[in-house]
Amino acid sequence: MKLTLHVWRQSGPTAPGRFETYVAPDVNEHMSFLEMLDVVNERLTAEGKEPFAFEHDCREGICGSCGMVINGRPHGKTGLTATCQLHMRHFSDGEELWIEPYRAKAFPVIRDLIVDRSAFDRIIQAGGYISARTGSAPEANAILVPKPAADWAMDAAQCIGCGACVAACPNASAMLFLSAKVSHLGLLPQGQPERYERVQRMLEQHDAEGFGNCTNHGACEAVCPKGISLDFIAKLNRDMLASALRAPVAQE
Amino acid sequence: MELNAHVPSGPIESKWQRHQFDMKLVNPANKRKYNVIVVGSGLAGGAAAASLGEMGYRVDCFCFQDSPRRAHSIAAQGGINAAKNYQNDGDSVHRLFYDTVKGGDFRAREANVYRLAELSANIIDQCVAQGVPFAREYGGTLDNRSFGGAQVSRTFYARGQTGQQLLLGAYQALSKQIAAGTVQMHARTEMLDLIVIDGAARGIVTRDLVTGETKSWLADAVLLCTGGYSNVFYLSTNAIGCNATAIWRAYRRGAGFANPCYTQIHPTCIPQSGDYQSKLTLMSESLRNDGRIWVPKQAGETRTADKVPEGERDYYLERLYPSFGNLCPRDIASRRAKEQCDAGRGVGPGGGGVYLDFAEAIGRLGRRTVEQRYGNLFEMYERITGEDPYTVPMRIYPAPHYTMGGLWVDYNLMSTIPGLHVLGEANFSDHGANRLGASALMQGLADGYFVAPATLGHYLASTKLAKVDLDHPEVKRTEEEVANRTRRLLDNPGKRSAMSFHRELGALLWEKCGMARNREGLTEALRLIPQLREEFWNDVTVPGTGESLNQSLERAGRVGDFFELAELLCRDALEREESCGGHFREEYQTEDGEAQRRDDLFAHAAVWEYAGEDKAPIRNTEQLDFEYVKPAQRSYK
Ligand SMILES: Cc1cc2nc3c(=O)[nH]c(=O)nc-3n(C[C@H](O)[C@H](O)[C@H](O)COP(=O)(O)OP(=O)(O)OC[C@H]3O[C@@H](n4cnc5c(N)ncnc54)[C@H](O)[C@@H]3O)c2cc1C
Ligand code: SF4
Ligand code: FES
Repeated sequence: MKLTLHVWRQSGPTAPGRFETYVAPDVNEHMSFLEMLDVVNERLTAEGKEPFAFEHDCREGICGSCGMVINGRPHGKTGLTATCQLHMRHFSDGEELWIEPYRAKAFPVIRDLIVDRSAFDRIIQAGGYISARTGSAPEANAILVPKPAADWAMDAAQCIGCGACVAACPNASAMLFLSAKVSHLGLLPQGQPERYERVQRMLEQHDAEGFGNCTNHGACEAVCPKGISLDFIAKLNRDMLASALRAPVAQE
Repeated sequence: MELNAHVPSGPIESKWQRHQFDMKLVNPANKRKYNVIVVGSGLAGGAAAASLGEMGYRVDCFCFQDSPRRAHSIAAQGGINAAKNYQNDGDSVHRLFYDTVKGGDFRAREANVYRLAELSANIIDQCVAQGVPFAREYGGTLDNRSFGGAQVSRTFYARGQTGQQLLLGAYQALSKQIAAGTVQMHARTEMLDLIVIDGAARGIVTRDLVTGETKSWLADAVLLCTGGYSNVFYLSTNAIGCNATAIWRAYRRGAGFANPCYTQIHPTCIPQSGDYQSKLTLMSESLRNDGRIWVPKQAGETRTADKVPEGERDYYLERLYPSFGNLCPRDIASRRAKEQCDAGRGVGPGGGGVYLDFAEAIGRLGRRTVEQRYGNLFEMYERITGEDPYTVPMRIYPAPHYTMGGLWVDYNLMSTIPGLHVLGEANFSDHGANRLGASALMQGLADGYFVAPATLGHYLASTKLAKVDLDHPEVKRTEEEVANRTRRLLDNPGKRSAMSFHRELGALLWEKCGMARNREGLTEALRLIPQLREEFWNDVTVPGTGESLNQSLERAGRVGDFFELAELLCRDALEREESCGGHFREEYQTEDGEAQRRDDLFAHAAVWEYAGEDKAPIRNTEQLDFEYVKPAQRSYK
């Protein structure tokens, strides 16, 4: 099949950007979306032109590197899919694709389709961990975790940190990402001692990074490649409330 | 090159404990005075950086991705082994040690393997404490599954995402240290060379992948935790960015490279579908528990699978290995699949695949059970191929997956360059000539959480290092060499992309030095690779500039190093005139086609020493003695 691609080109964070149009004349249905982009880039290289930059690494939907907006939707139209897992059989001959980077204040564009998502790292640094000094851990089976809690924690822990939720949200909120980590750790007995302080510190960082508020739009859940549920945001809100009530006690 | 493994004396069970007592310590207040560079943020690097930072060292940690959380450890699916004996099925440290030495086809160092087995239990404790959501039984205790090559159930797992969860555990511990200021994290920064001063590793030269800035970093010790080199084959299960640059540059600066030819080919991957293919996807080995592998008996068969009657199918693994059947070890399953395809009995596009059929399992267990066991894998397969494995047999083919070879290290994980420590898949590891499933995660974390933090202190406390600064001539010289190489790539007036050369190199290596190797093919490869390398340096084109984010430049630099490594790999394969583990030399096989080890001649690690540009490297050896596990011919009949 033959496709027309309009790809966002931008040479740096402050440089102006624009769409450039390329034709992908011989797309095979078995290609992955990124392989299709590779072919276009290889052709640009052979013509002595500079290929467009896009982030990718594992190409199997787990590292969270890839992520771009395809026809207005982060990771494209299939749902429960990271861009690298998207295959060309879902497209048809003659289609026109608009490919652009995530748009969010907290994710500045670095080049072309690549954005800076280090704000996510800083949110984790603010409290997205359980303190456990290397070598000081108790025997693993001394901590019993009910299976439903472990399974639920795992549902949340699957987040790949791709940032699609932010890109889809009209407020550019990172609440789905944040709630996934808070829920993963807060559902486990090991996560209890730091539970409320964690929520507060991560939220403060979230706001400081310039992510917006959550207004329960639900666009995040719809594009999340791992199906992270909005229920975790509800859970986060409960913890937030509890932590607000507890805060004075903690300071005593 | 002197190869002293520094294995502590005494019985194997107490070596590590004794060694821990004998090693010198850095007192807590002094740790702050030492600066340590950790290259890599995967399981090995992430765990090491977090632990060292917490102990009080000043750590600089580097990775080429945009975040430490994206290291390729994230992609490990199946699980992590530990000798906990939670199943009461007779597991023990000794059994895990035994299985690993045997699985490695008697080509690993016993003392290291024993320590690994010993530390395995602590790893699980550590990860659980961090909140890794391992699978649980209804009573709340940890669940286990069995994995190839073992008769006990000792594998811990978190659904099909064990690597992801373990890595996030290490990443979170690392994040805490970054916030505390003990670790400076440098993401999107690639190490391009090692700085060696007065014979010791004292720093690295990096390129900032966003600004293009070349910069030197100095330290009292350097830890390389940069992963494996399967991408030398171009198509592998590794991430696109996985590379050998860090270890290759260290090799060129004097670090011995051990057993480069020990590569592992994983039997259950999704076959290639076209020339544009950029990587191969692994399907968990657990599929072989219920799936049956077969090919049509007739070469050149054109009928679809459902039209080939039962009597015209060859379930070749069940036929050749009646007792292990479809569950024989990875190297055997891979080699036999290649044999079938080479004989024209392969299936799917280009005949590059064999069937993995679940029809019998669905009949026996019901679709629901099969769905519970393998649902997510079936979904992944369908997403990639567009075929439904519940109704059409899967097609699989082997793919490069893991590299047992790597930089040589002693018992303290130190390379032949003092101060340069190597952890995780990057070292020549504890897996000998073949790694058992679920043992790489264990090794990366053992190295990172427990071994290096202990042995590094000993090195620092017992070494007197001169003060050096960034004006040191050796720093300047190394920087200049890096800059020259970058400039050469950018200014090259060529026409072809680095990716196209990489693809060609990979195909050549896969053909001549893949699952089965022979003298003729290897000799041919050793003639062709230098030719292609020369072509690369004459005809590669790298668009863009050096002062900005330039993915073509990143790729070209890595491919340049793969060319040199590929040659060493073939040389090592040629000189190892025996078959062992993942290294199968067609000339050395038993009558029924099994690997023929030659313990009298090759019970050693081959450690290659760089001798200079255009000079043949020198082959040194470390003799391997087996005191506790007696070498025997592996049999899976
Ligand atoms: C698909 C797949 C499935 C697997 N499943 C299992 C399993 O179930 N069980 C198991 O035990 N093992 C499994 N393995 C093997 C295991 O995952 C790896 O061996 C292990 O995770 C490697 O960890 P590492 O820390 O050594 O390297 P990696 O995780 O690869 O980390 C390498 C790090 O080095 C950095 N780096 C590399 N080069 C440079 C450079 N030049 N400059 C700066 N930084 C650099 C990278 O950015 C990264 O941070 C699997 C492997 C694959 C590919
Ligand atoms: S919550 Fe989903 S969309 Fe958001 S970062 Fe995590 S995986 Fe990506
Ligand atoms: S490239 Fe890793 S998730 Fe897409």
